[in-house]
Amino acid sequence: MKLLFELFLTFSKIGLFTFGGGYAMIPLIENVCVTGKEWITHEEMMDITVIAESTPGPIAINCATYVGLKKKGFWGAVAATLGVILPSFLIILLISFFLDRFLEIKWVASAFKGIKIAVGILILDAAIKMVAKIKKEPFPIVILSVSFACMMLVNIFALRISTIVLMLAAALTGLSVYLIKRHNKEVPE
Amino acid sequence: MILLELLVGFLMIGCFSFGGAYAAIPLIREVVLSFGWLEEEKLSYMIAVSESTPGPIMVNMATYIGSVKAGVPGAIIATFAVVLPAFLIVIILMLLLKKLVNSGAFQATLGSLKSCVTGIILATGAYMILTNCIGSYSGIAVDYVAIILTLALGAVCFGSKKIMKKGLSPIILICIAGVAGILAYGW
Repeated sequence: MKLLFELFLTFSKIGLFTFGGGYAMIPLIENVCVTGKEWITHEEMMDITVIAESTPGPIAINCATYVGLKKKGFWGAVAATLGVILPSFLIILLISFFLDRFLEIKWVASAFKGIKIAVGILILDAAIKMVAKIKKEPFPIVILSVSFACMMLVNIFALRISTIVLMLAAALTGLSVYLIKRHNKEVPE
Repeated sequence: MILLELLVGFLMIGCFSFGGAYAAIPLIREVVLSFGWLEEEKLSYMIAVSESTPGPIMVNMATYIGSVKAGVPGAIIATFAVVLPAFLIVIILMLLLKKLVNSGAFQATLGSLKSCVTGIILATGAYMILTNCIGSYSGIAVDYVAIILTLALGAVCFGSKKIMKKGLSPIILICIAGVAGILAYGW
């Protein structure tokens, strides 16, 4: 019970003090869980990062679930995950009650018009960072370009094609290309 | 009914958002617009608020949209839905399928998925900037103030990387943009 509470409290602190989403949280989780509490080893932290990147959902949730499960089984995972969510849940809930009325003030509305422009730039910036990490080989570059072109068309002409369809198609293509390559290797001419 | 919509919508987002918060924005945008939960304008405000408050961006967006559409129960359902897939998948992977993550087939599928998501985010960012500046296909409206702000903020964002190694933090850029917005659009 004490450990459950400690997991909850520790992850609440992590949730409260990380701005800017999951990737910003990884160094803090490493600091607290590996160096501070010695709940997990450095290698396990690397594993978590890989799993978090390979699975859907917020990275912070993936990390909290992993550490919680490791230390105290299912309920540990629940305690850590609840902990990491709770601070931001309460803060946003509070904001949601006031934001609309707040936006009726002229200068606030103007500020948000400016902020809207920054959001576009931030998303573009995040995308450029991701492009830099893609392997410079023909296959990933083709997938990237085709996805970009499809998504641009979908956006501009407001087509009803879901990004999920695009993602499933890309995943299947990747898997097929891998299996064909492996098959060709196993059966030399 | 709206609670069920929130549950389904955010479960979908939770299941298909690979690669962190920015990667989820195109999908969140799609789901939010197709259910008609928020208009485009409000959504980009909310992205900025989520970015400037602590915690995972996806969770912040879910809490906000849930709360606006259906009060506290809505906030709880939407947050629960966006978190559930990540929670279950990590548990399943840890208990049963640790080897799967390191297999060649899984990594190949994932690699292809990452390239695709990168293309999707690039298109979303580019399209958002485009609509800010010249409006959408159905209603073209050139906004010169927005074009100037875009160029200026873009210069600040990308220029700061030349000076500082990591560049400006998103929160600082959002603050600068807020002040610029007040100066440009009046108070």
